[in-house]
Amino acid sequence: MLQLNKLTKQYATGDLALKAVELEIPKGQVLALIGPSGAGKSTLIRCINRLVEPTSGTVDLNGKDLTKLGSGALRTARRRMGMIFQEYALVERLTVMENVLSGRLGYVGFWRSFLRRYPQSDIDEAFRLLERVGLDHMADKRADELSGGQRQRVGIARALIQDPELLLVDEPTASLDPKTSRQIMRLICELCAERGLAAIINIHDVALAQMFVQRVVGLRLGEVVYDGPPNQLTPDTLTQIYGEEDWEATIEKVEDDEEDDDALPQGALA
Amino acid sequence: MSTSVAAPRKWRKPPLIKNPVMRWSLLLGALVYLVLALGTMEVNWSRVYEGLDRGGRFILAFSQPDFISRWSDISAGMLESIIMTITSTAAGIIISIPIGLGAAKNIAPMPVYMICRGIIAVSRALHEIIVAILMVAIFGFGPLAGFITLSFATIGFLAKLLAEDIEDTDRSQAEAIKATGGSWLQWINYGIQPQVMPRLIGLSMYRLDINFRESAILGLVGAGGIGATLNTAFDRYEFDTAAAIIIIIIAIVMCLEYLSGIIRRRVQ
Repeated sequence: MLQLNKLTKQYATGDLALKAVELEIPKGQVLALIGPSGAGKSTLIRCINRLVEPTSGTVDLNGKDLTKLGSGALRTARRRMGMIFQEYALVERLTVMENVLSGRLGYVGFWRSFLRRYPQSDIDEAFRLLERVGLDHMADKRADELSGGQRQRVGIARALIQDPELLLVDEPTASLDPKTSRQIMRLICELCAERGLAAIINIHDVALAQMFVQRVVGLRLGEVVYDGPPNQLTPDTLTQIYGEEDWEATIEKVEDDEEDDDALPQGALA
Repeated sequence: MSTSVAAPRKWRKPPLIKNPVMRWSLLLGALVYLVLALGTMEVNWSRVYEGLDRGGRFILAFSQPDFISRWSDISAGMLESIIMTITSTAAGIIISIPIGLGAAKNIAPMPVYMICRGIIAVSRALHEIIVAILMVAIFGFGPLAGFITLSFATIGFLAKLLAEDIEDTDRSQAEAIKATGGSWLQWINYGIQPQVMPRLIGLSMYRLDINFRESAILGLVGAGGIGATLNTAFDRYEFDTAAAIIIIIIAIVMCLEYLSGIIRRRVQ
């Protein structure tokens, strides 16, 4: 469904953030992108929806090359790519509901969005999603009154109301505590499964990635150095991705961590 | 005392200028200059003495301000000032917003940025009084010249500060809106506007306050408003009427101050 061909990004400073990255993601696959800071993970997902303009190479989504689109067509294409951010990136002074509905901006005209007169179907869907992430009672709270975990749930609802076929997820758990991190990762992966969405999840936490995804891609200095199932990550491959360190403990965690926390709606209040 | 206890170590804040010769000669030089400069000021002491009497009468006038005998002039001037203030602030805000958007480096393309910064620079370079003199020359005496002057001055003030606030906004919030596929206007409305709105409202209130005070001065060069009435009162040595006008100006400025405080607290 999504195919990156020789995707390259060179910043104005001369830094080569991506070096001819090749990657193919089939429909419905959830993929974790791991790698040290500065490896180009954020750049990679931003090159897909062109929040960052790639220098060369192509991004094929369902056979359409996104790098060639004009601004109007790009906006249409962006509607089908939901994005979830590291620091939630909610508009803090807007309400939860406005934040969720902002996911529909690509579909509604300016005056409708300006007057906040969204179609009833959008409002129904917004409530349905807020309920799904356990926040329907918070609709009129301002986003900056929410806790980190709650904000990220709103961020997820905003991405999903776009009716995307692909989720671009940038460090969804980097500002969250370990328990909330797991709940958020589980929620994202469950929702992807429910809706058959493909997702690219940038993530620092290797153990967390291994717990939830079907495929791991390791990025180092703008190059793919590992691409395979999570259980085949070895200390050697981690050394290749991150550099020399004792990796045994990191990998062991995968086995003994299945139990713990409760199902979402209850935990949603965390 | 045993020798194991070291002598207490001294500490002084390091001086701003390290070299002591430089430090003292600069200080001395400044002092000498001050004395010499004061010496060149020619003070006509007999004139000052005469003026003291007039000043005294003026201050005394505050104890019995005369609102009555010139009330129709005062109210007409005040009304003109208030109308000038409100209309020029409103016009200034409406024009400032697009210019402020254009003058924010993070959202405007380079040519637009340069043009908008240019407009702001021109507006800020010219003092209200100079603009008012020009406008009076062009449009004649009266409040129209004052209205245009204040609108023009508002643009330089508001557009510049709005642009700076836009440049300080959180990029990620705006980026998230862009990622949904919204149009440019939607992006501004959802990604930028909520972040700058409190400051925009606060600055607008502040500017309303400034415009009222300026409107009181503009009358002196013929651009209408309460300033003209005040000037006439002084010319006629009607200090009690002048005192009444100044008291009203102070009262209105204080009311505006109080009001803007409340509004700013509300929008936070």
